[in-house]
Amino acid sequence: MFDYSFAELSSILVMQGFAGLILFSVFVLMALGLAIIFGQMGVINMAHGEFMILGAYVTYLTSHLFLEFLPFAYPAYFFVAMVFAFVVAGALGLLVEWAMIRHLYARPLDTLLATWGLSLILQQIFRSTFGAREVGVELPDWMMGSLALSDTIEVQINGLFVMGLTVAITVAVLTLLFKSRWGLQVRAVTTNRTMSGAVGIDTRRVDRMTFGLGCGVAGVAGAAFTMIGSTGPTSGQLYIVDTFLVVVFGGAQSLIGTVASAFTISQSQSALEFFISGSMAKVLTLLIVIGLLMLRPQGLFVLKVRR
Amino acid sequence: MAADDTNEQKGLTSPLRRQLLKGMAALPAVAAFGGAPRAGFAADGVNTTGLAVTDTEVTVGILHSVTGTMAISETGSVQAEKLAIEQINAAGGVLGRKIKYIQEDGASDWPTFAEKAKKLLVNDKCASVFGCWTSASRKAVLPVFEQYNGMLYYPTFYEGLEQSKNVIYTGQEATQQIIAGLDWVVKEKGAKTFYLLGSDYIWPRTSNKIARKHIENFQKLEVVGEEYFPLGHTQFNSVINKIKLKKPDVIYAIIVGGSNVAFYKQLKAAGFDLENKQTLLTISVTEDEILGIGGENIVGAYACMKYFQSLDNENNKKFVEAFKAMWGKDIVIGDVTQAAYLGPWLWKATVEKAGSFDIDKVAAASPGIEFKEAPEGYVRIHENHHLWSKTRVGRVRKDGQYDVVYETADLVEPNPFPAGYQ
Repeated sequence: MFDYSFAELSSILVMQGFAGLILFSVFVLMALGLAIIFGQMGVINMAHGEFMILGAYVTYLTSHLFLEFLPFAYPAYFFVAMVFAFVVAGALGLLVEWAMIRHLYARPLDTLLATWGLSLILQQIFRSTFGAREVGVELPDWMMGSLALSDTIEVQINGLFVMGLTVAITVAVLTLLFKSRWGLQVRAVTTNRTMSGAVGIDTRRVDRMTFGLGCGVAGVAGAAFTMIGSTGPTSGQLYIVDTFLVVVFGGAQSLIGTVASAFTISQSQSALEFFISGSMAKVLTLLIVIGLLMLRPQGLFVLKVRR
Repeated sequence: MAADDTNEQKGLTSPLRRQLLKGMAALPAVAAFGGAPRAGFAADGVNTTGLAVTDTEVTVGILHSVTGTMAISETGSVQAEKLAIEQINAAGGVLGRKIKYIQEDGASDWPTFAEKAKKLLVNDKCASVFGCWTSASRKAVLPVFEQYNGMLYYPTFYEGLEQSKNVIYTGQEATQQIIAGLDWVVKEKGAKTFYLLGSDYIWPRTSNKIARKHIENFQKLEVVGEEYFPLGHTQFNSVINKIKLKKPDVIYAIIVGGSNVAFYKQLKAAGFDLENKQTLLTISVTEDEILGIGGENIVGAYACMKYFQSLDNENNKKFVEAFKAMWGKDIVIGDVTQAAYLGPWLWKATVEKAGSFDIDKVAAASPGIEFKEAPEGYVRIHENHHLWSKTRVGRVRKDGQYDVVYETADLVEPNPFPAGYQ
């Protein structure tokens, strides 16, 4: 551990910092959709991972469409795929809200069971449609390289891409929530559902749009993850625990909290990973999170709501 | 319980007797035509232990996960076993009897595996079972097979340190895969330093333990890093940074399942050139995994296995052709799939040598059984119930297939309890 030179140590620092930032972006992308739904509606969406995988499969299909019909535009297919992923996952979200979730608002814990069932159904649909084996999503060449900043420091282009995407989506969601009329309604419903209904806000409609938006963001996250992870019927399960960890640690109703918690977890994990093995780093990170949650049971950021 | 058992026994034997009587009644007619219908034996002659064997049929079990996380891997094994059974039936069956199979789903859940194994042995009286993939599932069913005296053909390459009269291991144990592969990379690539990576459970840890012992104690070379990641881990940037700093001659990777996709994509994005600069040797990436990883992300990596779909021999050509005819032309065949295909054939040969379906006789007759038509070439069962087989090294092509770059001259002796490696 101490057999590195000073120059090596400083480049370790930079590269680990960068690895931490990529992990941070991944966490934010994963958790954002869940946090919107959980924070604003109190619905625990256990099918979040499957909505991500839906986005990944849409990306896979889009890449094949481009190869088949628009090979000259292939390098740009990814941007189209992300839009498709948002639309498809969002539309399914709207449908699910209408068919299932809206009947369960009075029983928040039941949403956990219902969405868990939904996740199993979606997994089986993926398996029947795309087969049990994992599918590979081919990426345009320009996404696979890395930029060399110095002899020892290199940053990965798809890492930068994920980071840029995270910033864009986070800003868009925050703007929507805090600057738009719809966002105002969402926040009003969160604060006091009955009162909002009384002053003429269509809470049903707000709920549906929120759920759709959360699922749509999950779809985009899934599209982005095809760059770094695997796409199989059950891959969504890989992400769900980390995602809940981030949301709960951040304070369930605060998007800022989600971002802060993603940052804390990713940086500590990345730093620890360098000195101990990956498995141990994960264990230690979990212990740190549990310790902090004992001190702050509501998570890092608490939204002050009159109940 | 005892009463139940006897009832079952009666239920089982009385149809046999009836068929036997029918057969005897037909004898004069047959004699009149001057020959037996086939060179068959009556069921109670070849089977004294109450297995599900009639004069025309023998029942076996297939026990794999077709749901849950392991379905991805085990699908190929199920397909191979069904293909072998179909081919054996087309060629006249086993001791003149058609094979009938009962398939059960282990659902990627080890207690379920044990329960289904018990069902196959106790209720269905299966004459043999082809199944399991993970070591965890095998460990779960092992006591069941030993208690109820069943026969399991287990297809996966695994960590060794096990041997049972009730199991035939048709995959490689650790030394057949690891040691030959490491020797090859040291000789061919002049490797001096190694970085060991793996998923965090028993098989990669045990395999890496053997690899480290071999590298340090026998080859007198150096391991510069060793790391494990939880199953399903998708963030490998930190370890890739470490590998960059340590500059090992060989990255030795035993990461399993979906994590592989993340690992190789990130490795490529980080600028590692497996084709020209960095040597990477794996024992956990078959053609199946490459489908998910994408050939362009792993092209140039080396894998140490005993079988690749691209093996150039007559047996394999026939096997690949038949496999694709049965399961679709786009399908790929990995190492374990081929090992699963060996199971029914080895069992058939053993039963015919023993002249009986009885488990004890089959177990006793197993050592020395040969299978010359194996897609991997030629295999033989060792006294320790593992297979003598060749070790091969393949190199990933862009289309997701392997070029075979090396194979051992002789069959490698299986040794599940290697001295000096524990």
